[in-house]
Amino acid sequence: MIPVLLLIIPLLTGLLLFAVKNEKSAKNLALLSSIATLTVSLLGVTYMKNAGYLDYDMEWMPALGSRFHVRLDGMGQILCLLTAISFPLIFVATYYNRYKNAASFYALMLLSQAGLMGVFIAVDALLFYFFWELALIPVYFLCSIWGGEKRIAATFKFFIYTFAGSLLMLLGLIYLYFKANQSFSLEAFYAIQFKPGQDTAIFWMLFLAFAIKMPIFPFHTWQPDTYEQSPTAVTMVLSGIMVKMGVFGLLRWVVPVVPFSSWQLGDRITIFALIGLIYASLVAIKQDDLKRLVAYSSIAHIGLMCAAIFATDKSATQGVMLQMFNHGINIIGLWIVVDVIEQQFKTRKISELGGVAQKAPALAILLVIIAFANIGLPLTNAFIGEFMMFNGIFTSKATAFNVVFTIVALVGIILSAVYTLNMIKKVFYGNTSELTSAGHDISFNVKLALSIIVVLIIVLGVFPKPMLSVTNQLSDAILGRMYLKN
Amino acid sequence: MGNIIQLAWLVPLFPLIGFLINGLGRRSLSKGAISFIGSGAILASFIVSIMIVLQVKSPGFTASQGVLKMFDFISVDKLIIPFAFQIDQLSSLFLLIITGVGFLIHVYSTSYMHDEESEHFGRYFAYLNLFVFSMLLLVMGGNFVIMFIGWEGVGLCSYLLIGFWFKNSDYNDAAKKAFVMNRIGDFGFLLAVFWIIAKVGSVDFSTVFAAAQSLSKTDITIITLLLFVGAAGKSAQIPLYTWLPDAMAGPTPVSALIHAATMVTAGIYMIARSNILYSLAPITQTVVAVTGLVTAVFAATIALQQNDIKKVLAYSTVSQLGYMFLGLGVGAYTGAVFHVMTHAFFKALLFLGAGSVIHAMHSEQDIRNMGGLKKQMPVTHITFLLGCLAIAGVPPFSGFFSKDEILAGAFSVNPVYYYIGVAGALMTAFYMFRLYAMTFTGTFRGTHEQEHHLHESPVAITFPLIVLAVLAAIAGFAGLPEVFVENGHALEHFLAPIFAESAKLKHANHLDHTTEITLMVSVTVLILITIIYAWIRFSRYRKTEADTKGLARVLENKWYVDEIYNAAIVRPLNAFSGLLNRVVEKVLIDGLVNGVGKSIQYGSRQLRLLQSGQVGSYILLMVLSILAFFALVFFTKK
Repeated sequence: MIPVLLLIIPLLTGLLLFAVKNEKSAKNLALLSSIATLTVSLLGVTYMKNAGYLDYDMEWMPALGSRFHVRLDGMGQILCLLTAISFPLIFVATYYNRYKNAASFYALMLLSQAGLMGVFIAVDALLFYFFWELALIPVYFLCSIWGGEKRIAATFKFFIYTFAGSLLMLLGLIYLYFKANQSFSLEAFYAIQFKPGQDTAIFWMLFLAFAIKMPIFPFHTWQPDTYEQSPTAVTMVLSGIMVKMGVFGLLRWVVPVVPFSSWQLGDRITIFALIGLIYASLVAIKQDDLKRLVAYSSIAHIGLMCAAIFATDKSATQGVMLQMFNHGINIIGLWIVVDVIEQQFKTRKISELGGVAQKAPALAILLVIIAFANIGLPLTNAFIGEFMMFNGIFTSKATAFNVVFTIVALVGIILSAVYTLNMIKKVFYGNTSELTSAGHDISFNVKLALSIIVVLIIVLGVFPKPMLSVTNQLSDAILGRMYLKN
Repeated sequence: MGNIIQLAWLVPLFPLIGFLINGLGRRSLSKGAISFIGSGAILASFIVSIMIVLQVKSPGFTASQGVLKMFDFISVDKLIIPFAFQIDQLSSLFLLIITGVGFLIHVYSTSYMHDEESEHFGRYFAYLNLFVFSMLLLVMGGNFVIMFIGWEGVGLCSYLLIGFWFKNSDYNDAAKKAFVMNRIGDFGFLLAVFWIIAKVGSVDFSTVFAAAQSLSKTDITIITLLLFVGAAGKSAQIPLYTWLPDAMAGPTPVSALIHAATMVTAGIYMIARSNILYSLAPITQTVVAVTGLVTAVFAATIALQQNDIKKVLAYSTVSQLGYMFLGLGVGAYTGAVFHVMTHAFFKALLFLGAGSVIHAMHSEQDIRNMGGLKKQMPVTHITFLLGCLAIAGVPPFSGFFSKDEILAGAFSVNPVYYYIGVAGALMTAFYMFRLYAMTFTGTFRGTHEQEHHLHESPVAITFPLIVLAVLAAIAGFAGLPEVFVENGHALEHFLAPIFAESAKLKHANHLDHTTEITLMVSVTVLILITIIYAWIRFSRYRKTEADTKGLARVLENKWYVDEIYNAAIVRPLNAFSGLLNRVVEKVLIDGLVNGVGKSIQYGSRQLRLLQSGQVGSYILLMVLSILAFFALVFFTKK
């Protein structure tokens, strides 16, 4: 029942919120709902310890061969937890932000949360697709109604891109459906026996759909624009959780379903992923807008995850699963800082800021910790994930270029230090500018949200083992399928 | 005393607690409380460290007793990386140096930083404690990953402390430079770790070193070279040394901490720890020795022409580290570690002495504006002089013994190393006594205001100076060469188990005693002559307005290395990023994306025109299409 609760709570509250008129009660209701979801999600963790995974299966559309089948397994658990933790953090940190028509804003946010949960637990392809769209459609509205000046153009680009991806995915899933004797279930997909070469087209269709979402170079240009124009609370959802749909999709619906092509085409994709990593890091150095800087930093991190997926290695796979969570938490932390700065100084331009540390020492300290987690300093959560991914890429047996790939990927850790420290220096250190001289420190709610993130960063950086053991079995299963066909 | 080694985790725990208390309580605690907690934490660690060393020294101690597993840090598949500490002769010696010298620096800081606002005072001590914590983790780590935690941790702390006065933009640049350069080194370290995991399947020191003999020559050479990249970053060797002189931006006690007790000795420690790998990789050994030697001499030439009291000391650190690497490269591991120890004493002493001078001179750092300070600052003067004698290698002060051991090792491998090394040692004597003479002898050249306020520093500053001066003077007796006293090298005996495997591989190539004594005496004479020359020449130093010319100017500008790096790496990289951002991202990729979008829009607009609603145009189109169809069929028929 827990997986279903994870869906139903945000879905129902979301729908209910459309009827709420009062801004304050809408806000509080949304927060309450997200905390309830978090509680259920944490309960799920304890239940799963005994069962291995939690399953819920129900008749849905028998004529189409589709069932309402949801399952909370290791990877789903991690991502549901991420979704469940993120929303209360976002609501708390942006508690004092004002929106026109606030009730609808929060309603759409919660609907998106329900969609995200669904994506991470669906083991029926049609259901998965349904939730995928449920997660995305509210975001289109959130961006186009509550976004910045150029929101229409940005949302349009975002919409067209994602829509093209969704269509490709739908085509791919339908093709698989027929291959799998008219069933949408994940097990049936796994049972398809492809002849070598036969699954190339299907691989590309599904891969492109997820690659756009992640995004992988060169399909990334929608992302900085969208992040820049969206209200920051939405950007947090987009980059903290929603990009993980792409990574997750690869690990659940592509790599184990079409293992032969994944193995064969892995090198080519890794090359693009790594070009993207270096490219995005270099472009990040030149960004003057804080949001765009974080956006490119995120593209670089996702590039590494993509490369790690195709390393087809235990350490890399578990690293990716862990890193999805860590990256989500950390980047939400960065967005909170960006939002605080924007709310206070009415600008995101790095060149117009400076000396914020003098005015807001607590913010500066919390930011520095999150920023160092973002560049993977040991004893922060991101180090564990990155270490495992690098290690996996290095020991990968799926490629002959493992050493070169690792070296290129490791250059990323130098570049990430460059752009992150640049940002800290220009925004927080030095002397105050005209804008920042009247600054003040952060309010209690922001401090609370950031402190929780910092605690998570350190705890998961020192004791990653519980998180790792969750994904142990599942990554064996995924990799088992990849070796099976070779 | 029971088995204190089981409690070794207390050593890093105290500074960690100190960091947390001072960090979180920096606004509410008084300066006195902050000083007490900050220094007390390190003192507590020092006491435990002494007990640990005594235990390690006791006859019953074996290596396996020293391994402490706390919990599994990362475990994936067959790879299990425990959060483990390894206590043995080498790490316990470093514990002693780090906490001992670290404690003195903390005490010194309580007075030196007293003018800071309370909040920043707390921040300072929190960082300082964190620094010591990281360094302790680094040397106590029982495997390469735990070592790496400390390794990057000291990088972080140096970043925080170099940029301590964060309002100053230049200081921030220096901090950033330090971190990024260290990261370049860390890149090598990490790659080496992955290489080791791939080949050995473990990162535990004991497992890796036991497997060393069975690794292929190529693997071991690559691994050691990559580790050396890491060491070069952390220990400021060519080409990654330029961050260290800039690191002067931090408060002076921090410089002492970075240069003496922590951070820069990390590279030496790591290679000494991995000595068996290096002994099995002769190519790497040559690279290490040559890099060290070149750095030693190169940095010494720069130090000859520096006028900032801290800059001279900074380049001398780079140079002395070069000697340590020379020692490692020629297999004189004990000599290198010995020099780490003596250097920790005299370099901490010199930096703290410099701090005392800067304090008295109201933040003046240019030695051209000093002179004659020995009258007003007797304690600083005498202790500083002892430091200079030690670093210059005058017997019987500590630097003489450790440097001599390295040079003797170099001679036995290749006499050319030796002669170049001696040239560097003479330069060391010269620039140190130029520094000494310009600061403490002659006439005062500063402003009247400064002269009026000149005073000896308070006891919190002079006490550490005196302790360090005593140590700098006598520490050499821990390692008397065989020529003087048979079995006089206590340190060598203490460290013997660590280097035992390497010692077996080393061809006994001992110098005969007459050669050794001849070399020793002639070098000493040369050094004394240099010292007297520098002393006399710079005691009479007068300020001139004339610019330096020729080689002196090149040296003053540090061989323009920073400028070359800027022109060759920083600016091109910046330009390239700019190009990607402006052209590739905005014009090419986004242009393509928008182009696709626009052409679809355009296409549909054109298509829409076709549906004009005029029957005539429909018929025309139909006819044209039919014609085209027939033409197509006709031409493609065959």
